[in-house]
Amino acid sequence: MTEHAATTLFDKLRQSHQIRQFDDGSSLLLIDRVMLHERTGTIALSNLIDDKRPIVNPQSVFCTIDHIADTTPGRPQLSRMPGGEVFIDAMRLQARALKLHFFDIDDPRQGIVHVIAPEQGIALPGITLVCPDSHTCTLGALGTLAWGIGSTDCEHALATQTLRIKALKQMRITLTGTASDWLTAKDIIIHLIALHSAAYAVGHVIEFAGPVVGAMDIEQRLTLCNMAVEIGAFTAVIAPDAKTLQYVENRPFGPSASTWPSARDHWLALRTGPLATFDSEVSLDVSSLAPAVTWGTSPEHAIPVDHAVPPPRMVDGQKDHSQINALTYMGLSPGQHLTDLVIDTAFIGSCTNSRLSDLRRAAEILRGGKVADGVRAICIPGSTQVKHQAEAEGLDTIFKKAGFQWGESGCSMCFFAGGEGFGEKARVISSTNRNFEGRQGPETRTHIASPETVAWSAINGRISDLRHCPYPGSR
Amino acid sequence: MEKFTRHTGNAVALLHDNINTDQIIPSREMKRVSKQGLADGLFANLRYTDSASGGRTADPDFPLNQAHADNASILLSAANFGCGSSREHAVWALQEYGFKVIAATSFGSIFYDNCIANGLLPVVLDGTQIDALNTGKPITVDLHQRTIGNSGRQFGFSLDASKQQLLLSGMSAIDVTLEYTGDINTFIARDKTLRPWVYSHQFIESTDNEHNT
Ligand code: SF4
Repeated sequence: MTEHAATTLFDKLRQSHQIRQFDDGSSLLLIDRVMLHERTGTIALSNLIDDKRPIVNPQSVFCTIDHIADTTPGRPQLSRMPGGEVFIDAMRLQARALKLHFFDIDDPRQGIVHVIAPEQGIALPGITLVCPDSHTCTLGALGTLAWGIGSTDCEHALATQTLRIKALKQMRITLTGTASDWLTAKDIIIHLIALHSAAYAVGHVIEFAGPVVGAMDIEQRLTLCNMAVEIGAFTAVIAPDAKTLQYVENRPFGPSASTWPSARDHWLALRTGPLATFDSEVSLDVSSLAPAVTWGTSPEHAIPVDHAVPPPRMVDGQKDHSQINALTYMGLSPGQHLTDLVIDTAFIGSCTNSRLSDLRRAAEILRGGKVADGVRAICIPGSTQVKHQAEAEGLDTIFKKAGFQWGESGCSMCFFAGGEGFGEKARVISSTNRNFEGRQGPETRTHIASPETVAWSAINGRISDLRHCPYPGSR
Repeated sequence: MEKFTRHTGNAVALLHDNINTDQIIPSREMKRVSKQGLADGLFANLRYTDSASGGRTADPDFPLNQAHADNASILLSAANFGCGSSREHAVWALQEYGFKVIAATSFGSIFYDNCIANGLLPVVLDGTQIDALNTGKPITVDLHQRTIGNSGRQFGFSLDASKQQLLLSGMSAIDVTLEYTGDINTFIARDKTLRPWVYSHQFIESTDNEHNT
């Protein structure tokens, strides 16, 4: 067998970008694309300008406005954050002055950075992509080596077209079994985090593999990789396959027609060889999984939707303090059933679950139904393109008829930026990725779930088991 | 970046797992396109009872507000410190407040790199070592030796040689990398023949619109 057979997907991605390897195991890697948003990208750019360092390759830099853009229908204001205009204005000025690709608020290509990267063909298999945002790992779904960085490392990437990464361990998570038709990638990743802990994969690159991953469409794979950072991973990757190629073809910023054959050949070789070994191997049979919902303030605080809130786990003979705090914050006691919890708000959006297929599946559940009295329900498409496509299919009408607010694209209330929040002690069922204290507003209580579970819970006015939904089409 | 060689200071402990960067510096406290002015918002939700409404009433239960934490420059914590958002403001806020060293049992990966990039020293120890250091006595950290300890208890810690060198020298990582410009350019020239499809996308000028900034 050749060396190739013993090489992992991550090793192939790393080696094809490795300019130098150092004695301590770290590598200097070529960075093919940089994405920036107004919240953290502006700092990197202004520091670079202050330091009078040029951007080596402006053509490889793509900027958008997503985090604090107003997402209420029609965008009556510029920013949803009090004083947030300074970030938006800075992004506009800098992107123009430095001649970077820029998708302004009213550009049809605007959207959440991790939603537009695959949509526009900016993220591709076999490239490196960095962004000063922790959910950049989403893009590993295409076989992109993509990871989140800080603003200073972003300056480094812009000024040198490279980054140094330390030696990383590798973990393969193999998903086997048969997924029920209501089981989503979101449920699977939440289960994995709950099963192992939010710090489980610290220092590792995860490769998601196995028949269940192969059967997922690309948008589900993006959801799966989105939450790799919530299990502590440096990033995650999935080997490109026929579905990936089909997804990537003819995207605006993808390879030109003349270079497509060489791209395709390169991508199809990006697979872990049969003799490759990992630092750790994990497998999960998804056949018996239930829809997953978080109960606490870390993504690891999650249980099957039909379970009761657990008592705090014991650490060294004492109750885990962070779990006690989480229970207090969430206003819950052990033994309470999630499905007894009345919700104030339902939110569908974010880079985890706001792509077209997410909205289609949620709309199937909402079709002909009505959001329960007293529940505020909001749907925020992940990009302007997703919004337009959804409207062309009439999904917006289904959402609105059911009682959802239908907003403009952006990060919206995935995180609280000051300004409008969901309210103190408001209980929110949310298709986002973080249930941290205060994440969606001061003292707001966030339960993370799939967009389907969010939709079904909105109708019932309480956290609800999707398996009891008279499923798609039967309404 | 300031050089880091040796530091002695008081420690304060926040011994919860998974302290995330939203907790270290809430998003609403990041008000300007700047690294400055963040210390006031450090741990705002935990440190103040009324920070959500912009208030600054100290919560007496929060360790940073207690007498023993005056002038603390070393923070002791548990697993996955700095997980969550990539916001480097978390590091800038900790530094502006006066922290020089964070010792924890593990770190969020982006936060760890952000620490190195700014000269805030992240030290990985095990839980019993953290407990042994949490005695209220001043702690000394020596980066040359890679040791941390207080009166008698001394522990070694590991750090990539290149990161140790960067912190000791106080150099900018960009300047270090720019020394390899020749290698980088050679690599790219070859890469353009191996992966022409990476370089074939069109450059589309940003749509010119009427937003006058
Ligand atoms: S949608 Fe939420 S998690 Fe995703 S990039 Fe925006 S703020 Fe971050």
